[in-house]
Amino acid sequence: MAPLSYYLALAGIMFILGIMGVLLRRNALVIFMSLELMFNAANLVFISFSAYHRLLDGQLFVFFVMAVAAVEVAVGLALMVMIYRDRLTIDIDQLNSLKG
Amino acid sequence: MPVSDPSLVNPAFNLVRWVILCPLAGIALNLLLGGSLGKRTAGVVASLAAGASFVCSVILALMVYQYPEPVAVTLGDWMTAGRLDIPWSFRIDTLSVTMMLVVSGVGTLIHIYAIGYMADDVQHQGDPSRYDRFFLFFNLFILAMMVLVTANNYLVMFIGWEGVGLCSYLLIGFWFEKGENGIGNALAAKKAFVVNRIGDVGMLLALFLIIWLFGSVSFEDVFNNAEQLLQINPIFLTLITLFLLVAVTGKSAQLPLYIWLPDAMAGPTPVSALIHAATMVTAGVYLIARSAPLFSLAPQSGAVVMWVGALTALFAAGVALTQWDIKKVLAYSTISQLGYMVAAVGMGAYVAGMFHLVTHAFFKALLFLAAGSVIQGLERGAVHAGAAEEGQDAVHPPAHGIDPQDMRSMGGLRERMPVTFWVFLIGALALSGIAPLAGFFSKDEILAAASHTSPWIYIILAASAFLTAFYMGRQLLLVFFGQPRTEEARSASESKAIITVPLIILAILSVIGGILNLPGMHWLQTWLEYSIQPLEAEGFVGWVALASVGLSVLGLLLAWLVYGKRQMRLTDPDPLETEAGFLFRGLSRKWWLEDLYDYLIVKPYGKDPFASFTGWMAGAMDLKFIDNISHALAWLARQLGRLFGMLENGYVRSYALYFLGGVVVIFLLLLSR
Repeated sequence: MAPLSYYLALAGIMFILGIMGVLLRRNALVIFMSLELMFNAANLVFISFSAYHRLLDGQLFVFFVMAVAAVEVAVGLALMVMIYRDRLTIDIDQLNSLKG
Repeated sequence: MPVSDPSLVNPAFNLVRWVILCPLAGIALNLLLGGSLGKRTAGVVASLAAGASFVCSVILALMVYQYPEPVAVTLGDWMTAGRLDIPWSFRIDTLSVTMMLVVSGVGTLIHIYAIGYMADDVQHQGDPSRYDRFFLFFNLFILAMMVLVTANNYLVMFIGWEGVGLCSYLLIGFWFEKGENGIGNALAAKKAFVVNRIGDVGMLLALFLIIWLFGSVSFEDVFNNAEQLLQINPIFLTLITLFLLVAVTGKSAQLPLYIWLPDAMAGPTPVSALIHAATMVTAGVYLIARSAPLFSLAPQSGAVVMWVGALTALFAAGVALTQWDIKKVLAYSTISQLGYMVAAVGMGAYVAGMFHLVTHAFFKALLFLAAGSVIQGLERGAVHAGAAEEGQDAVHPPAHGIDPQDMRSMGGLRERMPVTFWVFLIGALALSGIAPLAGFFSKDEILAAASHTSPWIYIILAASAFLTAFYMGRQLLLVFFGQPRTEEARSASESKAIITVPLIILAILSVIGGILNLPGMHWLQTWLEYSIQPLEAEGFVGWVALASVGLSVLGLLLAWLVYGKRQMRLTDPDPLETEAGFLFRGLSRKWWLEDLYDYLIVKPYGKDPFASFTGWMAGAMDLKFIDNISHALAWLARQLGRLFGMLENGYVRSYALYFLGGVVVIFLLLLSR
């Protein structure tokens, strides 16, 4: 097995890519994909430590995260469809009417 | 004096709340029904409410007779801030019960009188719809006065104190669109309110000092700790009592703040009787009697109080000689008699002061109500005379009509209004201090106390007693004796039973009121000993009694010589004016005291440099400086809001960035620990 730090570095890179995606992209679908990337970076950390410590708790967590992420995507995509029907766009920079 | 909780003594003491709730119920009923049940319902409801309050007071008095120690009934908390705790609580002791009986008893009689009087008055003034409003205010007054006399601390007392002031204002200005130039009554009401405010500043300052020094406003705490305070610094007690005196001069119309009471006669006559003679104006005397433990520790203040009272008594009695308005004479007489009471409580003769307060409530209410009966008799006479003249039913008095309150247009009413004459005679003799009537005993007790205290005070008060008999004799002779000087007086007629019956009851009280504290028995003295301490026994001084009766008879005789022997004509000047011109003019101008106020305060108000000062205060100071402080604060808040509002730009990405920033900050904090 490769050293633990490799996995953690990879997870860190994935997480930062995800953040950049969320902050910089305008298409709501791409933002969703970036969010998934951040989830999976976290998942990767979980299973890396799980394998490192030879404990199953981390792997159990990953299943939970995947299930919740699936639910979240289902709700999020439904919202996206409704927004598109209303506004004919899913560019989130167009959705800025709620502000101070 | 230990104060007990009613639950330990007799739970029936809780009845005290009904003394206040009864008039409140009367107000509520009158407001809700609004006279929909008939023309005079409002008056009947209000009288029943006042009567119920009187019944409660009587029951309380009987209970206090059984258990004379003070009892405190607490309704609930009012204010609790730090160590200051002010409850809504009532104090039932012999002093407050005495006041309750006077206020509700005399008040009920005047309510009944007003049912009849106001029914005619609203017709005469041409606005019958105001009948209900009068009784709302009247009941409100009883309520406020009851709060004042039952309070167990200075702050609740202050509520009542302000409440009666408000009712006084409302009722003086009851016919607010009438009077001189259509604004005279409103101005009189405003004057009473403003002058009373000056007195109230004194009350407030005393209250602040009490809260600051004692940390409590309850009578118990203040009186128990007063001696301790005296040892720390005696100046504080003197200050508190002097500030209380300022409040008294305002409310009880003493020098130098007496000026509002004569103008207050603009109100309907029952108002003058109830508020400006029998009850509200005596609140100051009650305040001093209640604060007796403070005044007894501050002898200098007591002396000041005494001198203020005595000088007021003499001054007002002198001015009363020169008045032509039947109610103004009685108003100055009230000021003078209040001066007696204040002088009495000032020299520590609390029982004498309270005794005079009670008997004065009887005979002065009687005199005012009888004067009201005379005024309406003349108004009826005017209608009658006008009808005879024009040969038709005149609804309104003729345009050339006389002032129905001017004693010059009266005369010879003895045969035309016999009941009113007899009760007025009794009231006048009682006020003058003729031997077996109520006024003799109470005034004599004050004079006896004065003769022990200071010869000067005695001389001043005895001189006022002489003047009192003189102006009452003058009034009697001008109103009831001789020949009628006008057509209106010739056709005047007696009032209805609803007006004369309360008069007769009050007349009986004025005759027998003296038994309250007969020399040798001293019922009132033993009664009040439970609530006022220290109390010195008042002795009966033979030569003082003889001298005061002698002076009164002399005054009446002199009045007969001046006004009775020769029939006066309508346009004649006062015989005194021809005899003693300067003295008379001085008195009738109140020794230019009011002109001095006018010159010093009222006039400069609109002129430089005072006007520029007030203008500067209102403009540069208030509008520019003080207002701008709050404007600046508002501007600052608005700018800050705009600044933070810029963070909320509606882009989800920026919210995500703030979120990330927050996470990073928390993370760094956790790592750096």
